Amino acid sequence: MTAALATTALSVRFGAFQAVRDVSLSVRAGARHALIGPNGAGKTTLVHALTGSVKPAAGRILIAGEEATGRSEAQRVHMGLARTFQINQLFRNLTVLDNVLLAVLERNRRTAVFWRSVRNDRAALDEARSCLAFVNLLALAERPVAALPYGSQRLLEIAIALAARPRVLVLDEPAAGVPAAESAAIFERIHALPASLTVVFIEHDMGLVFRFAERITVLVAGQILTEGTPAEISADPRVREVYLGRRGDHAA
Amino acid sequence: MSALNPASHGGLSKPALPFSPVTPLIFAALIASYFLFPNHLALATQILVLMIFALSYDLLQGHAGIVSLGHAVFLGLGAYGSAILARWGFTDPLLGLAAGASISALVALVLSPIVVRGSDFTRLLVTLGVASLIHEAANRMRDLTGGADGLADFEVAPLLGLFAFDFEGRTAFLYALTVFALVYAALWRVTTSPFGLALRGIRENSRRMPAIGSPVARHLAVSYLLSGAIAGVGGALLAQTSRFASLDMLGFERSAEIVMVVTLGGTGHIAGVSIGAAAFGLVKDALSTVSPRYWQLGLGVVLMASVFLARGGIGGLIERFGRFGRRA
Ligand SMILES: Nc1ncnc2c1ncn2[C@@H]1O[C@H](COP(=O)(O)OP(=O)(O)O)[C@@H](O)[C@H]1O
Ligand SMILES: [Mg+2]
Repeated sequence: MTAALATTALSVRFGAFQAVRDVSLSVRAGARHALIGPNGAGKTTLVHALTGSVKPAAGRILIAGEEATGRSEAQRVHMGLARTFQINQLFRNLTVLDNVLLAVLERNRRTAVFWRSVRNDRAALDEARSCLAFVNLLALAERPVAALPYGSQRLLEIAIALAARPRVLVLDEPAAGVPAAESAAIFERIHALPASLTVVFIEHDMGLVFRFAERITVLVAGQILTEGTPAEISADPRVREVYLGRRGDHAA
Repeated sequence: MSALNPASHGGLSKPALPFSPVTPLIFAALIASYFLFPNHLALATQILVLMIFALSYDLLQGHAGIVSLGHAVFLGLGAYGSAILARWGFTDPLLGLAAGASISALVALVLSPIVVRGSDFTRLLVTLGVASLIHEAANRMRDLTGGADGLADFEVAPLLGLFAFDFEGRTAFLYALTVFALVYAALWRVTTSPFGLALRGIRENSRRMPAIGSPVARHLAVSYLLSGAIAGVGGALLAQTSRFASLDMLGFERSAEIVMVVTLGGTGHIAGVSIGAAAFGLVKDALSTVSPRYWQLGLGVVLMASVFLARGGIGGLIERFGRFGRRA
């Protein structure tokens, strides 16, 4: 079966520094696939390369078997690849509803319409509301984003990405900066996503990773160290060394 | 029409409401000026043209976030377009408006790929450079444009075949007022449309936009084209009502002036920009009849005041006043 998302020998360079090195990844359709690794491992850069906001130096990207390497970021969204950001990228002075509505309209390619009121598009409004309902934000729909608690802003990140109706959703630390109690709630929503949707997520909390991922890729210094099931990863001494080594004696 | 009810607009996010309760006041004042100042209709008509031009630039800077130091190119092209067409014998004013809009839209379409990409700074340089090229080209093409002398030897047929352009400028004023009203309504519609929401998205977070599948460059190109077309309409109107088309209409001074007008009025605020343009036109006329030097001085003071004292210009004041009124 074709992978929902695949890369072959993907590399990203920033000048002389190679942030991602020869990454070959294959994510099965419907997977819950975690990407882990220490800070600075290149996880976010890999997401940028997947989604097209950073140009790779080498390698290929396939979305559901289709060549995406030369496609723009926007084109890849229309191919079914959506993402969220580690640092909130919201439309802060728009309402919560308009944030999601805009994403719905862009997916529909309705934003070329300049002769009708945005309020007339009932179908788009309903869809935006249902995205908000999914992340439990419907009650806050008319609030401006800037007035939202941080945890709700993280959920809105996800709602905007869902409005693109992706086949593959890449979540870059969806619970970054959120207290532990709330991050479980965020992952509970991710867990509730339809099984047909392929989800790739980055997360630092190993408890959450082992609970929600069925497959884990470990990235260290831009390279894949290993990939496997949670059981395999937790038993892998090299992974332990990377994580324990950081906290333990190598810390200085 | 619910479109004229500001409350019906409440759904779009709050800051910088493009439609404001001030709108009826603007139109009431314009209609009143027709009866109160019958001897100054020529000035009033010029001010209406300035208001149209300001709204066209506000679509670009205030809504699409594209700065330009060459927007008068589209005003000038519209003026020359309709004047040249009239010289060729096509004197119908509405045809002239359509010609002005078309030629400006066409040139905007050609220029959009280089204007849309790049930072604010490169946009300033590119629009400035293109404007001086077009200015010089118009200067050289004497046969077509009349060079430095401009074009005055053309007729304008009666509006709709019914209303001749009279000596007192009544027809001209009412014609300009109607076109202004249509442009005002069109801008209000554009900015509250799905396209308008996308423009707000680009201004709010240009990084997120491609990540939701937005063709950002195309959105910006479309707004450049619309903005150019509206400026072209303003230019055609200017040529028809003043019976004149000249190089200064596409010159740097006009381009710089409209940036100031929109800043004074409050970028992104349709009512504020309209009032700003009217105030600018009135004060400019009053001060420059006293002395051109007073005008320069007054302009400097007003601009600094609008930047430092009243952030958001007149539109910002309207919004603050409105919020205050609602609380009271
Ligand atoms: N735009 C950039 N220019 C130069 N270096 C960058 C850039 N973005 C990221 N890096 C570097 O690439 C490495 C990987 O960063 P990142 O992908 O953010 O890591 P992670 O998400 O795994 O914490 C880091 O060393 C970071 O400093
Ligand atoms: Mg990261």
